[in-house]
Amino acid sequence: MSTSEKFVQMVLAIVLFYSVMAIILLLTQRLRSRAGERVQAAAFLGPSLLLIGIGLLYPAIVTAWQSLHGAALFDPPFVGLDNYKTLFTNPQEITVLRNTLLWVVLTPLFSTGIGLGYAVIIDRARFEKFAKALIFMPIAISMVGASIIWKFVYDYKAGGSEQIGLLNQILVWLHLDTYNFLLTDPWNTLFLIVILIWIQAGFAMTILSASIKAIPDDIVEAARLDGVGGWKMFRYITVPSIRPSLIVVLTTITIATLKVFDIVQTATGGNFNTSVLAYEFYRQNFVAGDQGLATAIAVVIFILVTPVVIYNIRQMRKLEGR
Amino acid sequence: MRSRNTRRWAAAAAALTGAGLALAGCASSDSGGGGSASGTWPGEGKSECKGLEQLADFGDLTGKTVSVYTSILPPEQQAQEDSYKLFTTCTGAEVKYEGSDQFETQLVVRVKAGNAPDIAYIPQPGLLKTVVSSGSAVEAPSQVSDNVDKWFGEDWRNYGTVDGKLYAAPLGASVKSFVWFSPKMFADNGWTVPETWDDMLSLTDDIAAKGIKPWCAGFESGDATGWPGTDWLEDAVLRSAGPDVYDQWVNHDIPFNDSAIETSLDDVGKILKDDKYVNGGFGDVNSIATTAFQDGGLPILKGDCAMYRMASFYAAQWPEGTDVSQGGDVFAFYLPTMSDEFGKPVLGGGEFVTAFSDRQEVQAFQTYLSTDVWANEKAKATPGGGWVSANKGLDINNLKSPIDKLSAETLQDPNAVFRFDGSDQMPSAVGAGSFWKEMTAWITGESTDQALTNVENSWPAS
Repeated sequence: MSTSEKFVQMVLAIVLFYSVMAIILLLTQRLRSRAGERVQAAAFLGPSLLLIGIGLLYPAIVTAWQSLHGAALFDPPFVGLDNYKTLFTNPQEITVLRNTLLWVVLTPLFSTGIGLGYAVIIDRARFEKFAKALIFMPIAISMVGASIIWKFVYDYKAGGSEQIGLLNQILVWLHLDTYNFLLTDPWNTLFLIVILIWIQAGFAMTILSASIKAIPDDIVEAARLDGVGGWKMFRYITVPSIRPSLIVVLTTITIATLKVFDIVQTATGGNFNTSVLAYEFYRQNFVAGDQGLATAIAVVIFILVTPVVIYNIRQMRKLEGR
Repeated sequence: MRSRNTRRWAAAAAALTGAGLALAGCASSDSGGGGSASGTWPGEGKSECKGLEQLADFGDLTGKTVSVYTSILPPEQQAQEDSYKLFTTCTGAEVKYEGSDQFETQLVVRVKAGNAPDIAYIPQPGLLKTVVSSGSAVEAPSQVSDNVDKWFGEDWRNYGTVDGKLYAAPLGASVKSFVWFSPKMFADNGWTVPETWDDMLSLTDDIAAKGIKPWCAGFESGDATGWPGTDWLEDAVLRSAGPDVYDQWVNHDIPFNDSAIETSLDDVGKILKDDKYVNGGFGDVNSIATTAFQDGGLPILKGDCAMYRMASFYAAQWPEGTDVSQGGDVFAFYLPTMSDEFGKPVLGGGEFVTAFSDRQEVQAFQTYLSTDVWANEKAKATPGGGWVSANKGLDINNLKSPIDKLSAETLQDPNAVFRFDGSDQMPSAVGAGSFWKEMTAWITGESTDQALTNVENSWPAS
């Protein structure tokens, strides 16, 4: 299809959709009764419900169904829960689960911790804006870009030769042996986690700094008059006041971490025991061609993310309700 | 307020409906079915169509189109398309070329959805088998079969054959059994290109005695990390156990961890797992795992290592201005054999022209691609080099770059026994999974026995 044909099609689609909408409006505007309102609502809700069904529910169900099937590209056989069994017993997949756990526990804690500490320290400082910009900057960099930068930071060359990697150059200056950061597990996973913390700390800092500024002055002043300061102020005034934001930040980063893919893909390609669920899903599906195991992993990720998402949404509602 | 809300709902629903319609519009109809030849072919009497008389069988195809789906992307795409001009001249049919870097995945998706291209260039015999078993591929016409018999060896024909029927003729080829080296460095030190594996080992010792690490290697390749290791092992199996054992091993007629394979991997280990021999310019043995295969051979230019076993396509990795030729900055030699018993095994890769339709113009195009005329046309259309075919009718003088010439000579050698890259033929859970992973684990310390046993255990049951 040429570009001009595509444009003609697009215009046709737009015309068609306006006419369908016009017909629905014409047909339903005469209905004034209570029952008529229901028809009106159904007429407008119907299309979107249908599309949610096609775009969201149907793929979800098909994915779950595929996860009960084997690896063949065409007509995979039904294997029941075998894929889930593999996922939880195969040593390689267990390493994947272990790594995912490390990511999900460490990243939100450290990003939020660093973001919070930073936000408190620079609050109302002289160079606040500049200091904030510094830590916020990594967010603007894509995950792949960040991973490539860090891959250079971790780059390894033998002790005697010229170093490209920043960290190994520092080791050389300190007269230490160079170290292959991305090779030895489980430490390599920790070095990868540092990348995501580096990205996410800025996000945590921004949100938390805003809610620290939103703490009413009278509360802070009242606390001051009562002689509260320093650590106690932080512990008893700041943290409780921004608790809902803290939880939103923690859960948002947790969700992002469960889906982490780019960093693993770029920095190690999932090798040297650094793979995580989201990456393993991609690898099984698109590299190893095992759709069954891949969809089983997708289902597990979905099950893990759902409670966090629900909790996150509830907290957000609370935050909006205030 | 109420009316405003209603309107907003209307807009949202409308937008969604519109999206749905647009999607529906994308699905286009496709007509199939063969027809019989009609009229004389447009190539009649044209001098440039000499040698393509087979195309006359398909008659006048003016106005017909053949769609081609492939993993071959620019800049090579341009050379491919240029080489099809002669086909259009001689038959009247046009070729619609579509390249994708997600070819392997997308081809399966398209075939499943009943939206297969007319022709796909499949780079893996394993995928060809899978696609044929789905029942959607079409057997190659007799003209193609004749051409494959005439221009390609039996080894190549076998890789395009499923269940005794020829489905796909070979297109391009690459040679993997090469060792890159610096002719200047060799000449300065009085080293000569080794003729046997043992010569190569003693040369390795000579180089190491000079205080230079003889070998460099790099297994890192993103998702596919470890594949250079699989190539090493495959080349060693071909040389120590021979092509027959190699085929049994690839088809899993013998276990993956058969003693013959263990011997071969130990042969590789004698070179790659010795800190005296590797990894020039990068570090110790472990550094092989984290060195990108693209960077692996570059220390040769600085004199930090002497040899790098890597496929012909590595020619594209040298920095601009590097003289890649006999007597130049870098060149390659054929990875020597361990004995004369098995001829000259050549490990390599290539694409196979698979058709999903038996329309006249599709069969005509398949026929065209399997001729010597096309192979030479393609060589002339690739002025930058980097392409070669196993077609015996390919005139080596039409190839531009010295390394392409060496590849073609290696493939056309009467003693050459071609074997396709084994990991591309194994089930993908092994060939694109455990084999890569275990070679990476092996180079970072896992034992030969353990690595091979792990791969054996991962072989799918069916």
